[in-house]
Amino acid sequence: MSLDRRNFLKLTGGAAVLGAAGTAEARPNKEPSPDAVGMLYDATICIGCKACMAGCKEANDMPIDSNLAEPGQPPIWDTPIDISDKTLNIIKVYKQGSAEVKDREFDGFSFIKRHCMHCVDAVCISVCPVNAMRKNPVTGVVTYHPEVCIGCRYCAFACPYNVPAYEFEKPLGQIRKCQFCDHRLKQGQLPGCVEHCPTGASLFGTRKQILEEARRRLSMRPGEEYEYPMQTVDSPHKHVATVKQYQPYIYGEKEGGGTQVMMLAAVPYDKLGLPNLPEKSAASRSETVQHTVYKGFLAPSLLLLFLLYITNKTVRREQHEEERKQLEEE
Amino acid sequence: MSIPQPLGGPIWTKPFKVFAVFAAIGLTLIAIRFIYGLGAITNMSNGYPMGLWIVFDLVIGTAFACGGYALAITVYIANRWEYHDLVRPALMTSVFGYTLGGIAVLLDLGRYWNAYNIFLPWQVNPNSVMLELAVCVLLYIGVLWLEFLPTLLEKIGFKKGLHFVNHLLFVFIALGVWLPTMHQSSMGSMLIALGAKVSPLWQTDLLPLLFLLSALIMGFSVVIFEGALSAMGFWKPMETPLFIRLARIIRWVLAAFLIIRLSDLIGRGYLGLAFNGDLRGNMFLLETALFALPLYILASYKHRENRQMLFIAASSMLFAGIVLRFNAFLVGFSPRPGYVYFPAATEIMVSIGMISLEILAFLYFVKRFPVLSFGEHQTKTAQ
Amino acid sequence: MQTENTFHEALGLSRRDFLKFCAGVAATLGLPAGAAFDIAHAVTNPRRPPVIWLSAQECTGCTESLLRSQHPALDTLILDLISLDYHEALSVPSGHLAEEAKHLSMEENQGKYLLVVDGSIPTKDDGIYCKVANKTMIEHLQEGAKGAAAIVAIGSCAAWGGIPSSGPNPTDAKPVSALIKDKPIVTIPGCPPNPYNFLSTVIYFVTFGKLPELDEKGRPKFAYGRLIHENCERRPHFDAGRFASQFGDAGHRQGWCLYKLGCKGPETYANCPAILFDDAGSGSWPVGTGHPCFGCTEQGVGFTKAIHQLAEVKHVTPPATYASIYEPEGKGASPVGAALAGGVVGAAVGAGAVVLNILSRAKKQKQAEAEAKAAQQKTLQE
Repeated sequence: MSLDRRNFLKLTGGAAVLGAAGTAEARPNKEPSPDAVGMLYDATICIGCKACMAGCKEANDMPIDSNLAEPGQPPIWDTPIDISDKTLNIIKVYKQGSAEVKDREFDGFSFIKRHCMHCVDAVCISVCPVNAMRKNPVTGVVTYHPEVCIGCRYCAFACPYNVPAYEFEKPLGQIRKCQFCDHRLKQGQLPGCVEHCPTGASLFGTRKQILEEARRRLSMRPGEEYEYPMQTVDSPHKHVATVKQYQPYIYGEKEGGGTQVMMLAAVPYDKLGLPNLPEKSAASRSETVQHTVYKGFLAPSLLLLFLLYITNKTVRREQHEEERKQLEEE
Repeated sequence: MSIPQPLGGPIWTKPFKVFAVFAAIGLTLIAIRFIYGLGAITNMSNGYPMGLWIVFDLVIGTAFACGGYALAITVYIANRWEYHDLVRPALMTSVFGYTLGGIAVLLDLGRYWNAYNIFLPWQVNPNSVMLELAVCVLLYIGVLWLEFLPTLLEKIGFKKGLHFVNHLLFVFIALGVWLPTMHQSSMGSMLIALGAKVSPLWQTDLLPLLFLLSALIMGFSVVIFEGALSAMGFWKPMETPLFIRLARIIRWVLAAFLIIRLSDLIGRGYLGLAFNGDLRGNMFLLETALFALPLYILASYKHRENRQMLFIAASSMLFAGIVLRFNAFLVGFSPRPGYVYFPAATEIMVSIGMISLEILAFLYFVKRFPVLSFGEHQTKTAQ
Repeated sequence: MQTENTFHEALGLSRRDFLKFCAGVAATLGLPAGAAFDIAHAVTNPRRPPVIWLSAQECTGCTESLLRSQHPALDTLILDLISLDYHEALSVPSGHLAEEAKHLSMEENQGKYLLVVDGSIPTKDDGIYCKVANKTMIEHLQEGAKGAAAIVAIGSCAAWGGIPSSGPNPTDAKPVSALIKDKPIVTIPGCPPNPYNFLSTVIYFVTFGKLPELDEKGRPKFAYGRLIHENCERRPHFDAGRFASQFGDAGHRQGWCLYKLGCKGPETYANCPAILFDDAGSGSWPVGTGHPCFGCTEQGVGFTKAIHQLAEVKHVTPPATYASIYEPEGKGASPVGAALAGGVVGAAVGAGAVVLNILSRAKKQKQAEAEAKAAQQKTLQE
């Protein structure tokens, strides 16, 4: 080995400094705010009418997202294929085999509504370098602030649901995402999708109410009749429908540290394109690694001091030697 | 110890003209990007919001430019002054590599006019890996230029300034080791937040360490590689004895990398994915083979002495680093089934244009500025 | 075409109007325009198919609806087009005479006549709750079915049970298909059914000598192949999320979608929005007048579900307009892009090979030089 013993010790010493400071505690998942708002999407009572998509476009003043128009032709119809910079909310369909019966995994179909899940411990907030993604401390709504956003798109890169979407077609584009109709909530109105939903498949309430409601539905036996509330959990307007065979857990209760938008469905959630996420949030995992290395900036500071000490010594000595040589030559 | 000198000779040569054409194409496309938006010349989409520019120009480009970093550690920290002659050319490629990486980020930023926000302490998010990356890379570009300052000052003969800079040089060198240590590892940390969107073959909490080690490996091999290339291009002898000793150091880093990489995969129980026969598995095997080949070559003294073998090992390591980064960021990344990304021709042309610019700058600087130094007797005969 | 002339003349129609009628029937059936001539030829055939019409537990709504068809002299046409040998409400003879005519026709036309049934069949207590000529409907049906070429179960009662069969169903009312298993049965459900669906089915049978294509519930596909929802004039409001929430509210007055009021259009198969009712002009069907469809043609919906209950949206078509879970997206390799990327990798590898080549040449040169030097030294030493 080319390193002599002394230099080797120096290097390992530096590594030890790094390691010693690296005992920061792992950061746990964040907890939801007690007044956090929530939304329940129940795929078994969704009729796929896309009224929520129309309502969303209207409430957020979003443009037509046409994937049918010929290039160069004006868009003729709103036909989004995914969440995008023009579509914040989309109803997608799962189809298998002959797709005859709704809410059946095989030879059946199911709808699924996709938009921002408003994670309790959102990774987009954790990764944004300039706090352009923020969580409302009371409602827990994840909002976007274009006035500070630098457009690095790390939020879109990291989001497990591929929600934030940058406007690639615009020279001065911004990120677009569902913000739980924050502007409407402030005026005491419901989110656009919830207001337009004719069956209560998109249901608004606090996160707690939503969880209770979802648990109630899970406790029903398939085939029983249940009074499904419309628009809000505590709404007097209800409609009766038979309970389907639900998947036995609530998607979003624990996924990635929990979300404020939760899902119920009869078809396995991964079939509906909802990723299978660990209970530990990606944000906490990333921040644990980052904080282990950078806690209080102690380890980096020590490393820098150590480097300064060594370079000072080596560079100085070399410079002196050179001067001496020059003197000798003269 | 030999003294660096400008090579001299005409600037406007045939290769220079070829690269200038590529650079011009790249610059034209960049103008289109600013007028019509990123979508006009790139294939990036909501599923693949980070594309070739970030992965190639920034993540790979800066790792390529780690020659300065690797040599600074060898020379100034491990106190091996015999490598000092290599520092300047390595430093210069670092300066251009990082500067262009920085420019690539600016091109890629969707809201570049807001970029100043990363310097506002009340605005930044200290939890963000991207913040650390951006600040570190930008600071390092500044530090690199300061480290490179003696070369420029020598050229214009500004003695007083040169003395002052030399006096503080140790600070820049310390920063020059410190900053890449942080941000080269952070390029790995960046992916941790992506969770399951990155294949388990690459998604591990050890990513920062793996990226740091591979950056070192790439840095060292870039020194050998570039030494060989410039020796070739300017018909100057190659500093083989230096490279042989350098190669001995690389061996250990390489071994450490492979041991960590494989034991992590086995420990997490995902090694089986490598033999699935799909694109990801095969790319992993390619990557590992490229890391293992130089380890085999450099194991024997006979090979280390052989310049061809040395060159093959260096190339292999460079490719290994490139493949690792492409794998982790693009091949191993999937937003969901059904999504595809391949860089657009125009996107690739911009990257080629950026590299061409880098080469143009390198060619100009080695001919006009005291960058390269050669063995004592050669210098004398050249004079 | 002597007979044809006399036929439409007898009806008081011009030839032009008569062919127009035939073309209309062909269109309803979803047949090409040329079929109108086949139809014209068939309906003018002097040998008209005999029809025997049995009425079980029914309200005569089916017959009334048929009689109110306003196409040129349709009532006349239907009576002249077919030989209606027995119909309890329309037969000129009554009592024993009527029964005799029926038996005579059944014997004469053994295996050729069409048996039409409206109303459900009571089966409780051996079917004693509906008797004609001192025979239960079960006996009438079995007797009539024996020699029938095919059976048409008209109206929801005959088709699937209708009102009498919905709870508590005191007479244990059953549809025709529950009692007759060995004959082809066409069902024309509806309360009342659209007369043109019945008429078109009969004319198809007369023209082509076979029944039209049926769905799994025995309904002709030309009439019951699509959900009301699919052809509904209010569908754009559904798609846009504009729903009437109460009768008489702003949305209701503006003609918005009636889904939230319990419209069963999304789960009911019928062509009501396409052909409307009784030629009364546009909007002459339930949803058109502002009332939600109550699903009369659909077993398990009409007379079963509450009027206000939300419909289960079936067979949401066209499914192609829904994005699938893993919709292909993103931009893959273009030929130029792939070529360029390949070119870059190739250039890198090629450059490496060139460098290696030069290195080996330099090495050989060096070796040669060294050898020459050694040789020189040798000669010097010598």
